[in-house]
Amino acid sequence: MRLNRLKVAAAAVLVASTLAACGDAGNDDDKGIEVDVKTDAASQFDEGTRMRELADDGNIKIGVKYDQPGIGFKGATDDAPAGFDPEMGKVLAASLGIAPEDITWVETISANRESFLQKGEVDLVIASYSITDERKQVVGQAGPYYVTGQQLLVKSDSKIASLDDVKGTEVCSVTGSTSLDNIEKAGATPRGFDTYSECVDQVLNGSVDAMTTDGAILLGYAAEHPDELKVVVDPFSEERYGVGYSLDHPEMCQWIEDTIKAAQDDGDWAKAFEVTLGKSGVDTPEPPAMDPCA
Amino acid sequence: MEDVFSHFDLVLKAFWLTVQLAFLSGVAALVLGTALAAMRVGPIAVLRWVAATYVTLVRNTPLLVMCVFVFFAAPNVGLLTGTPFLIKGTIAVSLYTAPFVAESLRSGVNAVPLGQAEAARAIGMTFGQNMRHVVLPQAFRASVPPLASTLIAMTKNTSVVAVFGLAEATFRMRYFVNRNADDTMLIFVIFAIGYIVLVELISLGAVGLERRWKAAR
Repeated sequence: MRLNRLKVAAAAVLVASTLAACGDAGNDDDKGIEVDVKTDAASQFDEGTRMRELADDGNIKIGVKYDQPGIGFKGATDDAPAGFDPEMGKVLAASLGIAPEDITWVETISANRESFLQKGEVDLVIASYSITDERKQVVGQAGPYYVTGQQLLVKSDSKIASLDDVKGTEVCSVTGSTSLDNIEKAGATPRGFDTYSECVDQVLNGSVDAMTTDGAILLGYAAEHPDELKVVVDPFSEERYGVGYSLDHPEMCQWIEDTIKAAQDDGDWAKAFEVTLGKSGVDTPEPPAMDPCA
Repeated sequence: MEDVFSHFDLVLKAFWLTVQLAFLSGVAALVLGTALAAMRVGPIAVLRWVAATYVTLVRNTPLLVMCVFVFFAAPNVGLLTGTPFLIKGTIAVSLYTAPFVAESLRSGVNAVPLGQAEAARAIGMTFGQNMRHVVLPQAFRASVPPLASTLIAMTKNTSVVAVFGLAEATFRMRYFVNRNADDTMLIFVIFAIGYIVLVELISLGAVGLERRWKAAR
């Protein structure tokens, strides 16, 4: 998701965003997967690596989204964010011997992820962070740990079943996002809103015909309203979510990819998916193959 | 920069939507505002009270909040769900602008010497006739400059709906800025010029009206 700074600034200022419904994500019934916290993890990493420092400290700061149900969401009364991204964070922390409760979660929004990594405000960013060449100039990105693409969220009884069906319909997304531009090219009337939750509301109350953005984000909303909403259309773009790290510590890439690969192999990746995005009823996908670290 | 000019049809389409919004909202606000002003200066206490309450409530509420009501709150309780977005935008902007129109007109009404209305009443005119034939024509004349200001502010206020699903000029500006991050200044300038042209048309119209009505006085 590429959003411009103006949009984010406006979003912060606008009363609209505070008035938008926040949904009821952050359920208490499941706390995600049980991670196997390694004991004596520090000795497994070479002296001088960032992993060794973090393991010795016993604390790690991870930036996640707080407003994307299923991906990364933290309700006002929740202690910790829930979603697929935080689950990945727990897996990574556990390999350093850091228990989930010792992770310092930091909210990152689309516009501040690079600067947070560069300034060391966070050690990792796992926040629906698409791997792009532009971003790789300024930060490290390991992965992808999940691949999604632009899809459509419609009401359960909607007639929209393919991308051709959107011609002449009204489709909302976040103002300034590439998703909105793409759907306009597909022939739909774009309806830009400031936050995803406002856009979902418009679908739910029938003001617009569909919402569009990354499928993973849509799945999270579909999981919140499984009877009213569904995700349709094969992904018509490719967003490859990666774990962001600082270029000061290039050695982190291999550790991130090895750890996530291990989670993919032992089933933790699939379990993490089932308890988060999988709640919308979608089948757990095959884990993606990760890019080699440079 | 080339991006903006090679997609200039999008710019024109966006400004056309802004013009439509401004025109529809302007007409609706003038009608509603005139009714409110008449209610406020009229003889019926209940209507006076209703109009005064409306002016107080709406004039003291940000346009953004009005938009939230029209675009989010109303559809969530089942109202306006089938209404086109242009009409929803018109509703929000005109409801918001009407009290300013009403107050501009009321200042005009107050500028009409009391003797005029008394004379009209003395020759047996009803309140409606009095307003229509004697008071309002003079009041409009005195209200042209503040009304023009109100309409200009309204035209620029239409930009608020950019974040409520309408692809008008400000929405399109953000679209281009997002795609051409290195050209933001020039894009802002292009769209600012567009707004200035629109607003200048209103100013010129107001000047024309003033000149014409001055001659008739």
